[in-house]
Amino acid sequence: MKDIRKIMCACGSGLGSSLLVEMNIQDVLAKLGIDGVEVTHSTTSDVRPGAADLFVVGRDLADFIKEVDDDQKVVLTNIVDKDELEQKLREKLDL
Amino acid sequence: MEAVLNFFVNILSTPAILVGLLTLLGLVLLKKPVEDVVSGTIKTIVGFLVLNAGSAFLQSDSLNAFGEVFNYAFNMQGVVPNNEAVVSMALTDFGQASALIMCLGMILNIVLARFSRLHYIFLTGHHTLYMACMLAVVLSIGGLEGWTLYIAGGCILGLIMALSPAYCQPTFRKIAKTDSIALGHFGGIGYAFAGWVGRFFKGGKSTEDINFPKRLIFLRDTTVAISITMMVFFVLVTGVAVGRGILAEDPANFVYLNTLLNVGTETETNWFVWAITCGMSFAGGVYIILSGVRLVVGELVPAFKGIATKLVPGAVPAIDCPVCFPYAPNAVIIGFLVSFVGGIVGLVILGGINASLMPVALILPGVVPHFFCGATAGVFGNAEGGLKGCIAGAFAHGLLITFLPAICMPVFTALGFTSATFSDADFSWIGILFGNLAQITPGMPLLIICIACFCLPILYNALVPKKQADAE
Repeated sequence: MKDIRKIMCACGSGLGSSLLVEMNIQDVLAKLGIDGVEVTHSTTSDVRPGAADLFVVGRDLADFIKEVDDDQKVVLTNIVDKDELEQKLREKLDL
Repeated sequence: MEAVLNFFVNILSTPAILVGLLTLLGLVLLKKPVEDVVSGTIKTIVGFLVLNAGSAFLQSDSLNAFGEVFNYAFNMQGVVPNNEAVVSMALTDFGQASALIMCLGMILNIVLARFSRLHYIFLTGHHTLYMACMLAVVLSIGGLEGWTLYIAGGCILGLIMALSPAYCQPTFRKIAKTDSIALGHFGGIGYAFAGWVGRFFKGGKSTEDINFPKRLIFLRDTTVAISITMMVFFVLVTGVAVGRGILAEDPANFVYLNTLLNVGTETETNWFVWAITCGMSFAGGVYIILSGVRLVVGELVPAFKGIATKLVPGAVPAIDCPVCFPYAPNAVIIGFLVSFVGGIVGLVILGGINASLMPVALILPGVVPHFFCGATAGVFGNAEGGLKGCIAGAFAHGLLITFLPAICMPVFTALGFTSATFSDADFSWIGILFGNLAQITPGMPLLIICIACFCLPILYNALVPKKQADAE
């Protein structure tokens, strides 16, 4: 498993949808039995390489985090779909 | 004894600590481990204090000056529609009431989801906070205070939290192609309206069938969007004021313009630089407020969601508006642009009314409400009537969120909020309705009306037989 300690979700003002994705990530991590990963949410202004080990955004915001390497980001087609989230997180975590 | 009592009264009347206690309660109910409870509670309290700091910065470095310069330049009241600005100001006087109304409203939202046919759990926490604050302000006009205020506000908040997703659902269902999620955003009536307008253009080509440049999407970043609009507003307004000779005025005539008029500054201030800095300070203030709000709702919402899903089988989560953006990226941009044009047209009409009929507040088109709400309205219009529906719906929405705040403005002006107001449509219609009710039927009747409004959907569910398909 890859060493991911901090995941940051982002959206336009960092209040609503990013918090929803954060809650979904917490659920998925719990389901996968992964402990000790810090999940936060914020605005896309706060996304920069190094601020977290993995960034998660919706497809419509992919252009906002272009500076982040592909292997450090997850772009969701449907931000409320937990199955998609789980599958993409598994890839990043090398599970 | 009195010292102990004072201590508790003090805790309950310090909004930051009160909100912290509510979070504490939620986290304990969810049986979270001690360290999570401690960190969650502390973050919430700090968030509230950060929010206050942002508010002070926003007002002292930008908003107050804007009001004065605008007044000098145009002899009118110019209003920036920005939820964060007005909420942060109102929280200084209504913090305690807002916190308790928010808590009661969330509980009553769960009650409605359980016992009425509105099964929606409203998860957009910052809007819950803003609406709680607005209700505290407008209901206090009706002479309600203490527990009567909290109960009346909580009832209306619980109701609108379940009702707003309900009136968006007929169209939102066509966008998301499911009934298992809903839209939870207090621009709701504007989206329902845009969807209704879009229905007149049924069967046209969808926005997603055309090629449309996506570059404007950068305005989705709140900081960038607010900076650009407020810089433009400040430069225009200050430019006019300078043209009319504000720089030669006696600084004693103004309260907030010391920097512009070189009082106590070492170098001479250039008005253009001053205007640009003020515009960016507005964005800076909102950035600080948003960080505070993020800390406050970041702990509260998961607790609320956890409790609600345990208590309400079949609860439908109602989610913030960007949830519908990926379904129609072109409609997002077109909706924003057209809604913004609607806002400018609305502003011109307001100016005309002000000059010829009666004094009204000028509601300036803010990029943030036109972006987030306009984009959502565009997606709604597109879902009902394709490209034409998107354009017509978003334009109608742009007019709506200019006129509604203007109608609502007297309610707030009476309380001293002169330079900022709520932008999104639900805040306005609730504000207009209950602000006026509060003036017509103050006191106990107002409380009874609020409780009755809340009970209606539950009574309806109990008394009216369900149709086969369990219609919404």
